[in-house]
Amino acid sequence: MKPLTRAYTLIAAVVLAGIYFQPLWYIALEAPQYPEGIEMYIWVNKITGHEENTLQNINILNHYIGMQMIEPDSIPELKIFPYIGGLLILLGLLVWWKNEPKWMYVYASSLLVLSLLGIFDFWLWEYDYGHNLDPHAAIQIEGMVYQPPLLGSKWLLNFKAVSYPHIGGICLALSCFLMFWAMIHEKWYVRSSRIPTSND
Amino acid sequence: MMKTTIKLMAFLAAGAFLASCGGGGQNQSQSQSSGALNNSSAAEAVYVAPGEHDEFYEFFSGGFSGQVSVVGLPSGRMFRRIPVFSVDAEKGYGFDEETKAMLETSHGSIPWDDSHHPKLSQTNGEIDGRWLFINANNTPRIARIDLTTFETVEIIEIPHSAGNHSSPYLTMNTEYLVAGTRFSVPIPQQDVSIETYKENFHGTLSFISVDQEDGDMEMAFQIMVPGFDYDLAASGKGPSHGWTFFTTYNTEKGSTMKEATASQNDKDFIAAVNWKKAEEYLAQGNFKEWDAEYYNNEVDHNSGIATSKVGDKVKVLFPADCPGLIYYLPTPKSPHGVDVNPTGEYIVGCGKLSADLTVHSFSKMEAAIAAESFETTIEGIPVLKYDEVVTGVVKSGGLGPLHTEFDGDGNAYTSFFISSEVVKWNVGTWEVIDRVPSYYSIGHLSIPGGGSMKPWRKYLVSLNKITKDRYLPTGPELAHSAQLYDITGDKMRLLLDFPTDGEPHYAQGCPADLIKPNTKKFYKLSENTHPYAVKSEEDARVEREGDEVHVYMSSIRSHFAPDNIEGVKVGDKVYWHVTNLEQDWDTPHGFAVLGAQNSETLIMPGATRTLYWEPKVPGVFPFYCTDFCSALHQEMQGYVRVSAAGSDVELRSWLGEQD
Repeated sequence: MKPLTRAYTLIAAVVLAGIYFQPLWYIALEAPQYPEGIEMYIWVNKITGHEENTLQNINILNHYIGMQMIEPDSIPELKIFPYIGGLLILLGLLVWWKNEPKWMYVYASSLLVLSLLGIFDFWLWEYDYGHNLDPHAAIQIEGMVYQPPLLGSKWLLNFKAVSYPHIGGICLALSCFLMFWAMIHEKWYVRSSRIPTSND
Repeated sequence: MMKTTIKLMAFLAAGAFLASCGGGGQNQSQSQSSGALNNSSAAEAVYVAPGEHDEFYEFFSGGFSGQVSVVGLPSGRMFRRIPVFSVDAEKGYGFDEETKAMLETSHGSIPWDDSHHPKLSQTNGEIDGRWLFINANNTPRIARIDLTTFETVEIIEIPHSAGNHSSPYLTMNTEYLVAGTRFSVPIPQQDVSIETYKENFHGTLSFISVDQEDGDMEMAFQIMVPGFDYDLAASGKGPSHGWTFFTTYNTEKGSTMKEATASQNDKDFIAAVNWKKAEEYLAQGNFKEWDAEYYNNEVDHNSGIATSKVGDKVKVLFPADCPGLIYYLPTPKSPHGVDVNPTGEYIVGCGKLSADLTVHSFSKMEAAIAAESFETTIEGIPVLKYDEVVTGVVKSGGLGPLHTEFDGDGNAYTSFFISSEVVKWNVGTWEVIDRVPSYYSIGHLSIPGGGSMKPWRKYLVSLNKITKDRYLPTGPELAHSAQLYDITGDKMRLLLDFPTDGEPHYAQGCPADLIKPNTKKFYKLSENTHPYAVKSEEDARVEREGDEVHVYMSSIRSHFAPDNIEGVKVGDKVYWHVTNLEQDWDTPHGFAVLGAQNSETLIMPGATRTLYWEPKVPGVFPFYCTDFCSALHQEMQGYVRVSAAGSDVELRSWLGEQD
C-alpha cells in the first residue's frame, strides 16, 4: 500500500467513529406556530429531538394524518447499525495495520456499499412513514403522501420538512470519500509505475 | 350614598379649582400645544413591532379585583392576569381541589380580597426577578408569586392585623416583608365598645421572613404599637438597611368621622423601626409569645397541591420593653406615602393634605437618636424633633402628594392626587424641575426598578383613579387609566394612555431579561407527584370508594382517556382528576362537565387538576375540553352516564372501543 493510501485508511476509520458522537441526519419541521422549530435527529443508534419531548410532539401532530408513531425501540436498524459501524472501524484499523492493498479494496468497497445500503434503508423507512397511513385518520387528503425528502425541503401540508445530513452523516460521507479516493490513488500509483517514461 | 356623592363632587371641584390656578394649569396649556409631530414620535416610542417583545415587565396590582396583571412596557399591552386573592373560574383557581386551600384563612375560605402593592424580590437592593409579593388589605395576607410560572404559590395570613395596607415593602435582600395595620383594632380581638378606641385599640407592625432558597414565608415577629393608622411603608437600603419606615395618620386616635377627626394634628409621624434591633431582642428572649391563629397556604411544586399550615403562636415585641426598637419622626399633614431614595439617605414623606413634601435625613435621624434628643415619648416610643431630622422641604406648587419614585440620577417624581399631576424634583436642592398632568387624579406612580437601589430611568407609569372621558365610554363603570411617560430627558413626555385591569394601586416592573429566560414552558410529567396523576393513557381508569368516584383521566390532543364512563350514581361525589400528558409549550387543556357547580379547570401540560362534581339527576352528561387545543378540539369530548341511586349499572369506562 502506498503510504498515503494507508494514511487515508487510518483517517477514514478514525473519522467514521464520529457517527457515535453526532447525529447522522436531521429532519426539521417548520410552521408558523412553531417559531422555535421542531428538529429530529437520527443517530446510528437512536432518534432524538432538539428538546426532550420532540418525538412525542411529532407523533401527536402525525397522528392526525394517520402516520405511524415514530418509536425508536421498534426500529431494528438502530440496534444493528452500531455494530456494523464498529466492524467497519475495526476493519479499517486492521487494513491499516496489515498494509495489504487487496484488503484495502475490500474495506473501501464494503464501506461504500454498506453506506449506500444504509441511506437506501433510511429512504425505505421514510417511504413507509409517508405512505403507510391509517385509513381512519382524521385528516385525509386525496393523493397526499407525507414522505419527507432525503435531501432538501418539501412542503407536507402546513409543515415545510427540511432534511440534511448532520455531522455524523458528514463523517460517514468523509470516510466514504477518503476510501473512494484511496482506491483511485492506490490504482493510479500502480499504473503510473508501469507507464514508460521518455528516458526508457 | 347621596352624601358620599356630594362630598366627592365637592372634593373634585376643589381639585379642579386648585388645578386651574395652580401648577396644573400650566401643564394643560403645555399639552395642548403638542402637535402632530409629537404624537407620531410618541407612537414610535411605544411601538413594539408584531412578534417583538416589550423591554420591561410591569406588574400591576388589581386593587379590588384581588389579582395581579402583567403588562409590557412601553406597549401597555396586558399579557396575563394572575389570580392571587380572588377566585378565578377561568383557571379553576380557588375552585379546583388543588388550589382551594390557597384561599383558606382563620375566617374560613375567602373568595376575594383587595390587592395593593406588588413588590419584586431584591438582592443587594436590586430587583432579582425571583418572586413577586403582594398584600391583601381586607383580610390581612401576603402572597408570593413564582416568576418562573407566574402562579401564586404561597399565601400567609397576618394575625393581629386589620387593613394590611403598609405591606409588603420588602427589605433590600428580601430578608423580610412587612405588614402594618391601617386599621387599629383591639389586639388580641375582643368585644369592646368602639368608643373605647383610645384605651383598647392598637396597631401591629409585622415582619415576615422569606427563605432565600425556596421563598417560604414565615411570621417572624410583630411589634405592638399605638392605635394609629399605619398607612404605607418603605424599607431602608444602603446606610439605612436594617430599618423600615411606616407612615401614620390618625395619631388623634379618632374612631368615627375619621375624615375630620383624623386630620386635626398638624403633624403625624413616620415610624422608624430598627428590625436588626428587633432581631437582637428576639435572640435575648425579650418578647412575649401570644396565641394567634393564622393560615399559611403553600403549593407543592411537584404535585401542584396547595396545603394549609395553621400557625398558633406569634412573637410580639413591646416598644416600652425594647429601647431603640422604634422612633417617631414628626411629619406634616397625615403623610400617605413614604419612600427612601436609591442611596438610602433620604426618607420622603408625602403629607397628603398639604402642598409640600417633607424629606428626612437618615444620618440626621441617627444623630438625633444618638443625642437622645426627644420631643416626647408615646407609649414607650421616643418622638424625635422635627427640626433635627428634616433636611428638606419640596415646595411643590401642587396639592395632595401621595407617592415618590426615583430615577437613580438624582431626580424624584411625586404623584399629586388632588392637582392630578406628576412633579419632578431634584434630590438635594429640593427644587421642582418639571410637571406633567395625569388623566385623572393619579395615585401611585411607577418607574421600573422603583423602590430599589437601581431604578431603570426610561419610563414612568401613572396609575390613575379617575378615567371619565379618556376612552370609549362603557356605561357607568369605567376601566381605570394609566399613562406612560418618557423620563429620559429633562422634561417628562407623555407617550401613551392605556386602560388597566381592576384598580391598580401600585405597579412594579423590571427589565424583561431578568424574568424571561427563567420562564417555565411546561411541568415535567416525570416529576408530577400528584397522587391521582396518570402518567400514560394505559393507567387511565375509574375507581369507586364508597360513594366517592375517582376518575383518573388523561388528556392529550385530541381526546380524554377514558371518554365514556358508566356506573356513576346520583348522590356520588365525583372527582375528575385530569392529567395533561402534553409536554410542549402552550398546550393546556381545559375540562368542564355539565352541571358542575364550581368552575372549569385549566390543566397545564404535565400537571394534574381535580374538579369536584355532584350529579343531581340520572342521565348522560357530556364533558369537554374548553381550551381550543388542536384541529380536533371540537371532538375532544366525552360522556358520563349517571344512574339512579341504588342502580346496579356496573362502573366501567373506555376509550375508542366502538365498532
